[in-house]
Amino acid sequence: MGTFYTLEFEKPLVELENRIREAEQGVSAPGAPIGVEGVEESAASSAELEDLNRQHAKLLEELYTDLNPWDTVRVSRHPNRPQTWDYIEHFVRDFGELHGDRRYGDDPAIITGFGRIGNHKCLVVGHHKGRTTQERIACHFGCAHPEGYRKALLKMKLAEKFGTPIVTFVDTPGAYPGLEAERRGQAEAIAVNLREMARIKVPILSIVIGEGGSGGALGIAVADRVAMLRNSWYSVISPEGCAAILWKQANEQTNRSAADALNLTARDNIKLGIIDAVVEEPLGGAHRDPDGASDLLRDWIISQLDELKAKSAEELVEGRYERFRNLGSFHETTPEPSESASTDA
Amino acid sequence: MSQTATRSWTQVQTGTKTKSSIPEGLWLRCPGCSQMIYRKQMEANLSVCPECGHHFRISASTRVEQLIDTGTFERLFANVESNDPLKFKDLKSYRDRLLAEQIKSGQTDAIIAGVGFIKGRQVALACMDLSFMMGSMGSVVGEVLTRTIEHATEHNLPLVIVSCSGGARMQESGLSLMQMAKSSAALARFDDAGGVYISVLTDPTTGGVTASYAMLGDVIIAEPEALIGFAGPRVIRQTIRQDLPEGFQRSEFLLECGMVDQVVPRHDMRNQIARLVDYAGG
Repeated sequence: MGTFYTLEFEKPLVELENRIREAEQGVSAPGAPIGVEGVEESAASSAELEDLNRQHAKLLEELYTDLNPWDTVRVSRHPNRPQTWDYIEHFVRDFGELHGDRRYGDDPAIITGFGRIGNHKCLVVGHHKGRTTQERIACHFGCAHPEGYRKALLKMKLAEKFGTPIVTFVDTPGAYPGLEAERRGQAEAIAVNLREMARIKVPILSIVIGEGGSGGALGIAVADRVAMLRNSWYSVISPEGCAAILWKQANEQTNRSAADALNLTARDNIKLGIIDAVVEEPLGGAHRDPDGASDLLRDWIISQLDELKAKSAEELVEGRYERFRNLGSFHETTPEPSESASTDA
Repeated sequence: MSQTATRSWTQVQTGTKTKSSIPEGLWLRCPGCSQMIYRKQMEANLSVCPECGHHFRISASTRVEQLIDTGTFERLFANVESNDPLKFKDLKSYRDRLLAEQIKSGQTDAIIAGVGFIKGRQVALACMDLSFMMGSMGSVVGEVLTRTIEHATEHNLPLVIVSCSGGARMQESGLSLMQMAKSSAALARFDDAGGVYISVLTDPTTGGVTASYAMLGDVIIAEPEALIGFAGPRVIRQTIRQDLPEGFQRSEFLLECGMVDQVVPRHDMRNQIARLVDYAGG
């Protein structure tokens, strides 16, 4: 695994992996003298290896079943975790990127383009964090500017015109908080996307593949079906942001508390009705097996597009409205009073 | 016409002084001009400093009184109250916080909505209340707003929403976030039905509220020197590691950036809204 980035909670796992590697070298060590002794030693090693592998599988399952919210956030940010471009390369055939918002520029933090997923022609829209340091800086680590959201909308309108479904991949800590972003109307860009996505007449599918940070995530996630990958998070604010405000400081302890309180995991979000499905990842997270994760995601997208494409435009828009209309938790007291609140000014 | 502020945003002295609450007492010092002013005189002046024109923050009920023709306001959806869907607890539980805010403000949540007349023109109106959890938007605010928008759609009324908010309410996490999509979707339907929406931005309007219904007005009017933005100034300063220019994210700055249609002083707000409603009537 070379320079594989290790998360704190994965350390015992990595230790085991190192021992497995050593054992493997022992088993297949070339040039070992072929004697009675050598054979015995090798047999012992392979039994040991089997045992280690068993331990590894068990530990992996222990660690990743019921992963706590804060560790989930960490997995969602793992540098080896597949990003929008990885998924595009893996299962979007004939992908052709389309650039620019025709107003200001081209934001690399949001990728848009047409391609095929299975037999479905579709528009793919996704946040991109960047895979190299250079890319990450250019993409502002997945924090889009207004031109990114406007580009996304422009291409979604094009998909509507073509009658092509839209698939969006959400992976952002949040929209970029900067001077120029404010000047160019970050809030307006997101707001318009929310309104316009609500009435686009083609199927829209959104999957949170990593981080689903607040309005910046929602700005491309007003969809007929919304899903989250098992080890992603989706919330109104990042745990660090929440900790800094409500706990007055962001540190390991408060971040963990905030992550717990925010109900940001896939399991929490499906309970709240915010998402419709959880797409499983291979055991140990998508960063351990990107191809496996891609296959699972592709299969889910295809099954959903099969269903959504059977619906009429009216059914889609109506269904999408109802989907979001019903979200919220409140109660109504006593029959509505119809008092006059106006007094002499 | 003097109702539209013509000063450039760079001339506006703002800084980051807190002006969240009006101090108690007969006299108070205006945060705009540092003059001692007589409270009653200031309040009679629509809570605008008689010396320098500084706009003090006002409650939703005061806003309704200032905008709506006396005796014509009929409050709607006042019975929608918050749950604590996540059993949220930070240093204090959300349940306790809600209760404390309800006692403090006398309101059940951060919004007052209804129908009434502005200079004889009937409108649907929703006003946010900053004194209740910084006017944050949770399920109740989202629901009341959406019902107001739907009411306006159904009854073919012009819609006026006066925003002031710290953004989405963290204590309801994802559900708060969804209120942005919910209210914006309702506005799409209102727009499809040909409704006219006047969005009034007051100090401060930030976060998820700005990034949804507040910036979706057919006409967007801001009160002078109101802080309006997506990210808060502190977060931006930390991100870009440089000082922000004077007047950044104030109404006059947004006007210059082309993000709002007008900056209108409080004294003239009723006139401007009534005027726009007339134009919208064809």
